[in-house]
Amino acid sequence: MTILNNFLFIALPYIALIVFLIGTIYRYKSKKFKYSSLSSEFLEGRKLFWGSVPFHYGIVFLFFGHLTAFLFPREVLLWNSHPVRLLILEVTAFIFGITTFVGLIHLFIRRKTNPRVQMVTNKMDLIIEVLLIAEIFLGLWIAYGYRWGSSWFASVLSPYLISVFTLNPQIEPIINLPLVIQLHIATAFLIVLLIPFSRLVHFLVFPLSYLWRPYQKVIWNWNRKKVRNPRSVWSVNKSRNN
Amino acid sequence: MDVRSQISMVFHLDKCIGCHTCSIACKNIWTDRKGAEYMWWNNVETKPGTGYPSKWEDQTIYRGGWEKNNGSISLKGSGKFKGLANIFHNPYLPVIDDYYEPWTYKYLDLIESPELDDQPVARPVSLITGKPIDIKAGPNWDDDLSGTPDYARNDPNLENLSPAEQEAMFQLEKMAMFYLPRICNHCLNPACVASCPSGAIYKRGEDGIVLINQNVCRAWRMCVTACPYKKSYYNWHTGKSEKCILCYPRLEAGLTPACMHSCVGRIRYLGVMLYDADRIHEAASADDNHLIEKQLDIILDPFDEKVIAAAKANGIADSTLLAAQNSPIYKFVKEWGLALPLHPEFRTLPMLFYVPPLLPVMASLSDAKNGAQNDKLNPIAKRWDDNWLYDTSTEELWGTIEKARFPLQYMANLFGAGDTSKISPILKKMMAVRIHRRSVTVGDLSAEKVNSALTDTGLSPEQADAIYALTSLAKFDERFVIPPAHREQAIEMLESTADEKGSTGFGFKERPARGV
Repeated sequence: MTILNNFLFIALPYIALIVFLIGTIYRYKSKKFKYSSLSSEFLEGRKLFWGSVPFHYGIVFLFFGHLTAFLFPREVLLWNSHPVRLLILEVTAFIFGITTFVGLIHLFIRRKTNPRVQMVTNKMDLIIEVLLIAEIFLGLWIAYGYRWGSSWFASVLSPYLISVFTLNPQIEPIINLPLVIQLHIATAFLIVLLIPFSRLVHFLVFPLSYLWRPYQKVIWNWNRKKVRNPRSVWSVNKSRNN
Repeated sequence: MDVRSQISMVFHLDKCIGCHTCSIACKNIWTDRKGAEYMWWNNVETKPGTGYPSKWEDQTIYRGGWEKNNGSISLKGSGKFKGLANIFHNPYLPVIDDYYEPWTYKYLDLIESPELDDQPVARPVSLITGKPIDIKAGPNWDDDLSGTPDYARNDPNLENLSPAEQEAMFQLEKMAMFYLPRICNHCLNPACVASCPSGAIYKRGEDGIVLINQNVCRAWRMCVTACPYKKSYYNWHTGKSEKCILCYPRLEAGLTPACMHSCVGRIRYLGVMLYDADRIHEAASADDNHLIEKQLDIILDPFDEKVIAAAKANGIADSTLLAAQNSPIYKFVKEWGLALPLHPEFRTLPMLFYVPPLLPVMASLSDAKNGAQNDKLNPIAKRWDDNWLYDTSTEELWGTIEKARFPLQYMANLFGAGDTSKISPILKKMMAVRIHRRSVTVGDLSAEKVNSALTDTGLSPEQADAIYALTSLAKFDERFVIPPAHREQAIEMLESTADEKGSTGFGFKERPARGV
């Protein structure tokens, strides 16, 4: 058991994080053309709405929920000190979990049944979708079967995650957890591991910079004033055309 | 004044015969690839008709272009907040069925089929799924089908035409149509650029061509929605958007774009226009009925000393200025006022201009009673006597335009933001040129009449001759005035020539610090 525990909660996290870090950067540098999710809305638009929208809004909420619990365990515990507030948090999170799950199931059925969408599906898309379904299902199971996760996350999982990120992994808090929770953690790291090899990279290039750039964009292939100045020497200005 | 140059175009619709040679030339060069089969960067539509993709002009469906609010403009169906909120599912995105599902035929079945009682057939198979399909639509599915209920009557431009006018357009004896070739307009205020969340789309400063950087495009597909002309296409195979590139590799080499080069009717003209980039926003946010004036207003006179000085200060090459002075586009659009942008009310300031067609308008049906109609039916040939049916005489100078077979309002909806007063002067000018040329070549019109036709429209005989020459006689070099791209300068700026020396034996791998 020790070996398995060490592998799942020490080796796997580090492999996953290193591969994620190097893989995403390398892929961004070398295969920029493929750094996105291959949208199939153009081939099938209506069913996608009932899958993509609930899934994405749900998973964004869940992701930031986990992140908050990980980064600010004290604040989360303080918030939860009042039973009503705890209930509000847990119920909201559970609803978003259900939303994500339903959306994901919709997406999976659409991908498997629509002949056009099948043409733009590869194996990795299916692996990722199955892993995500498993992960969300486990999460819902934990939320239902092992209540008040938002509170025990702060006292059990936050210390573990912090220990992983501070390069001093302490797995004692989690080796005695129920199997479902352990599986949930291991699957999460497996998904992180697969990010650089799958369409999931698209969340890394979410176009937030759109909010502050001007609407219009004009690119000169060379500096139009400099090029006409006879006194300027050749310079190694790289094209601004990406 | 921020003077920039723009490669601009004029399509002379009177000369378009709807042969689709342009579309084929473009398809063969650029979109004959997987995922791009359905794309027609250049397409030719029959008007009245629904076009490609179906009903693209109806922005209540597709939400393309800009809309005016509070003195400024905003994108109709995308933009910073709407676009990012809809990023997981774009509700206004046209899907492949709005264009058509591309297909091919199983030709091999014709050869490999075993001997049977019946002839083997080549079944159509989808180019997406590879499975047999029933073809429901295709490129130019509505070609020449004007007047049919499915296409012509669903034309969004029929809005604000009275039911009687619409009915008159679709009576078999009166029915008329013309062709509308379309490519990317390479707008001054492009909605596709503004809508791209990744910032992949940009306008080239040197010549105004709008391009999509394929390495930066991340398949958010907002440009497809934003372009009111639906000239940005999503490649479902690569997951990138693509659009007309105005054959920039050809232009840079001094060649014409393929669609223009191959144009059989010689309807296409290409040249440089200088414009004032500081006033783009002002022009794009003008009132509906001032949009065209404002757009034409920011196009600058290439002979004006001040404009030339400002252009030079802005780094525009002398050769580009010369091209701007010889530009056929400047003549059609500014000097003669014959060409208008397509759907200016979308507020993208398109830089492709159309000379509206005169012929379907001019040939009007005489007002004759049914009895007279029957008398004129040729009893032997059972056909209409054309001299009777269409009145192309110039008896009444402008009467035919007012009582046109083809309602002016329809043309105005296409080219004048709904204002007929933008269209009729152009048609009158074109008719005056005809009258003038008829008096020169045939000589059966009184000088008085010819003079009144010209003075009414404000044309001098010399101008009329020039319009005639550029319309009918112009040679290749007069129709296409392409400025040199000055790639030699670009190369000097982009690449260290010292590197080149070093790599061929000069010995330096790095840039020499103190000069060689």
